[in-house]
Amino acid sequence: MMLRNTLAAIFLASCLNLAWAGLESFDFSGNVEEQRYKDLLAELRCLVCQNQSLVDSDAELAHDLRLEVYELMAQGRDDTQIRDFLVARYGEFVLYDPPLKPSTYLLWAGPFVLLALGIIMLFRTIRQRRQLHESEFSAEEQERLRQLLGNNPSEQEDRQ
Amino acid sequence: MMPSFVRYLTPLVLFLALAALLYKGLALNPREVPSPLIGKPAPEFTLPELKDTSRQLSHTDFQGKVSLLNVWATWCVSCRAEHPLLMQLARQGVTIYGLDYKDSREDAQRWLQRFGDPYVANAFDADGRVGIDWGVYGTPETFVIDQQGIIRHKHIGPLTEEAIQREILPLIQQLKGDKG
Repeated sequence: MMLRNTLAAIFLASCLNLAWAGLESFDFSGNVEEQRYKDLLAELRCLVCQNQSLVDSDAELAHDLRLEVYELMAQGRDDTQIRDFLVARYGEFVLYDPPLKPSTYLLWAGPFVLLALGIIMLFRTIRQRRQLHESEFSAEEQERLRQLLGNNPSEQEDRQ
Repeated sequence: MMPSFVRYLTPLVLFLALAALLYKGLALNPREVPSPLIGKPAPEFTLPELKDTSRQLSHTDFQGKVSLLNVWATWCVSCRAEHPLLMQLARQGVTIYGLDYKDSREDAQRWLQRFGDPYVANAFDADGRVGIDWGVYGTPETFVIDQQGIIRHKHIGPLTEEAIQREILPLIQQLKGDKG
């Protein structure tokens, strides 16, 4: 039991190590500031390894941009100002959360539009099928069907 | 009810539209991020010159002529590949400034001695700070700057013969024409 706990602790520690391997150690005035720094980096894209955030990326540019973000924070700039600083240089592509504006309407609304279309189509199909079942045959036709299929009403019931 | 041919053709049309969209996406280069600096004045900077440390280069140097700013470094392999094209442009009389990005001064000077120097002057950006202000995210990058010091175009990645003939040179001609 003891051994297992120790192993688990070592494993967890190594995971954490991996996650923060690329991060430089900057001095922060407190935990809050450090968390703010990491949260901010996590929503900024590294332009070299485009599917990584500035927290994850070990690219040279990511190092430089982390330093830049840290220094901007040290100068007392707020998150919006820091984001604007990067957007002014690298474009909105650096933001993992693109702002809502005409060119991004499709991006934001697209999945919901598709979902709505899917639901509409689903309900239409269900309704059509139901109507089909109810009105497919008249009473006489159903009687005739039964006869054709072998005069066995109970078996027909089972099949329905 | 919809006519049946519409019902059967709809999925096909949707599929073709999606295929066309994705095919177009395949041809796009995700590494080419459009620069927000196009149409804006060149970001302000003052940096020492690469060869002549007593001299300084700044954004005001771009005023009064159409010029290129080429971001390069000796550690950048594709910069080596595009270098002959820069030499060729310089021979054709194009004004090329350099931004030597996160480089060593000695290496850079040796490079220019060995392969030739197409630049009228080089700003030496040791820590890459000016690079960040210019939105540099990978070398080489080449900006086209007009007489008013406004950035008109950014080419990301090594220049190619095709890019020079189809984009860079026509733009330079057009910008020079604007003046007269």
